[in-house]
Amino acid sequence: MNAIEIKNLNKSYQNGLKALENINLSVKKGEIFALLGPNGAGKSTLINIICGITKKSSGQIRVFGRDNEADYKKTRSMIGLVPQEIATDSFERVINTLRFSRGLFNKPSSDRYLDSVLNSLELSHKKSNQIRTLSGGMKRRVMIAKALSHEPNILFLDEPTAGVDVALRKTLWSYLNNLKKQGVTIFLTTHYIEEAENIADRIGVINNGKIIIIEYKKKLLKKFGEKKLIFTINRKNKSINTINSIIKKYELKQKGNKITFNYTQNSKKDPASDLLSELNKRSIRFQDLEIKKNNLEEIFINLVQK
Amino acid sequence: MNIRGIKAIYNFEMSRTFRTITQSIASPVLSTILYFIVFGSAIGSRINDIDGLNYSSFLVPGLVMLTILNQSISNSSFGIYFPKFSGTIYEILSAPISPFEITCGYVLAAASKSVLVGIIILATSSFFIELSIIHPFWMIFLLILISLTFSLFGFIIGIWADDFQKIQLIPSFIITPLTFLGGSFYSINMLPEFWQKVSYFNPIVYLVSAFRWSFYGNSDVNIKISIFAIFFFLGLCLVLISMIFRSGYKIKT
Ligand SMILES: Nc1ncnc2c1ncn2[C@@H]1O[C@H](COP(=O)(O)OP(=O)(O)OP(=O)(O)O)[C@@H](O)[C@H]1O
Ligand SMILES: [Mg+2]
Repeated sequence: MNAIEIKNLNKSYQNGLKALENINLSVKKGEIFALLGPNGAGKSTLINIICGITKKSSGQIRVFGRDNEADYKKTRSMIGLVPQEIATDSFERVINTLRFSRGLFNKPSSDRYLDSVLNSLELSHKKSNQIRTLSGGMKRRVMIAKALSHEPNILFLDEPTAGVDVALRKTLWSYLNNLKKQGVTIFLTTHYIEEAENIADRIGVINNGKIIIIEYKKKLLKKFGEKKLIFTINRKNKSINTINSIIKKYELKQKGNKITFNYTQNSKKDPASDLLSELNKRSIRFQDLEIKKNNLEEIFINLVQK
Repeated sequence: MNIRGIKAIYNFEMSRTFRTITQSIASPVLSTILYFIVFGSAIGSRINDIDGLNYSSFLVPGLVMLTILNQSISNSSFGIYFPKFSGTIYEILSAPISPFEITCGYVLAAASKSVLVGIIILATSSFFIELSIIHPFWMIFLLILISLTFSLFGFIIGIWADDFQKIQLIPSFIITPLTFLGGSFYSINMLPEFWQKVSYFNPIVYLVSAFRWSFYGNSDVNIKISIFAIFFFLGLCLVLISMIFRSGYKIKT
């Protein structure tokens, strides 16, 4: 069963703005799903509708098979939400705000569990501090701790690393990966391609309220993440046969003298340098070497600009 | 039923009360005592008895009522308005807690606070006058019932309000005038006949009258009508709040 199943979801705000159009999306149990999209794409609207903060206009949302409106007590108790904006009760103490969250979600009090959450978010030393005395990054971690206080099965993070320094961002990523290992399904939105590239299993891209693509990160990178090696063969080369055999071997594309090699590079293999050393070995001369890169960032920009 | 959720909201509100104890408890108590000293002891000694009561005794139930109404409304309207203003409402909206349970948490907390303030004022006033309470059970019952009713009313205001001004609007321009004209400081019978009739359209008259009856056994209005009127207003608020929640009015976009 999917953690989240969204069918034909539409949302128009009262002012008539159509924020989401016919969204179909499922999030698999135990995965990290990243929703990418530019400002105003509808990411927060989608999260807020799933979590019960915003009302949908039409469509259906199921959380572990249960309708998120008809069965809201069940679905919400499985969900933890870290909203985009930091909003805390400044004068409340960190541990009290966690106790409040846990109670609100109808869980029996357990300071032991809350302590472990604080500990893993490196907040233990601020446990008894008033929230207003914390730094911005700490406040964001308090928001995450609140969302985890009731041991949710699904965690929603709306731009968790906005305004967070690089070191903390990395810490957060490994923390999210740990949560994933414990079986928590994670749904996050982000502007940072790097973030999706680093931790997501699957990636969705949303623009103007419409889902453009949903794909496994690996496939997405492979589909769009190819590199191109372009070069021209020197006319002085005589061994046409050798060239042809190489063209065949590497599935090169030839247009006059211009040769294009499409490939995907990863840490284990680098087909481009294989090709180049083979050309060298066979003394085939080439020139005007050019490499064109397609990373997630370019994919994203291409998709959104279409 | 999410009892733990109700308790969480209740405790949160109560801890806010005790964190700001000077503003939330000491201040209303002090201002009521000042009224009492000025109107009851200083000026009151020159005023004739009303319905066989000396003026300062007559004044106590009305003053408690005045404070209770204001406190109940402001406690709960602020209690629910502030999370909307600061954004922390997101958590309550995303929690497995029903609108009814949310209302319980805020309204019970606001009412508890009002009852507490009411009791402190009564205790304090007993230093100044001989306090007699003929129907103590009814007095406590009315204190709680009226606190609950007006906390609920305040909660509705807090949900409806989308800026700080609107929170003040109804208390300042409706509740306070009605309380002042509602027989807190005088008996309705002291008014010319025409204004007596007008007064019967003022719901506060019934509250003050019933509350004073629980102390001294006599009242401007028939006690049954008073109690009916209080329940009627409570029912009205309940209908209103359920309508508001059904429409997600002004909280969910
Ligand atoms: N309460 C609201 N009333 C009317 N329109 C709204 C409301 N909230 C959001 N919108 C509009 O809906 C659209 C989607 O907004 P949303 O906040 O979901 O975008 P987003 O993808 O989260 O953007 P960002 O990356 O900037 O957070 C925007 O055009 C926004 O102006
Ligand atoms: Mg957003």
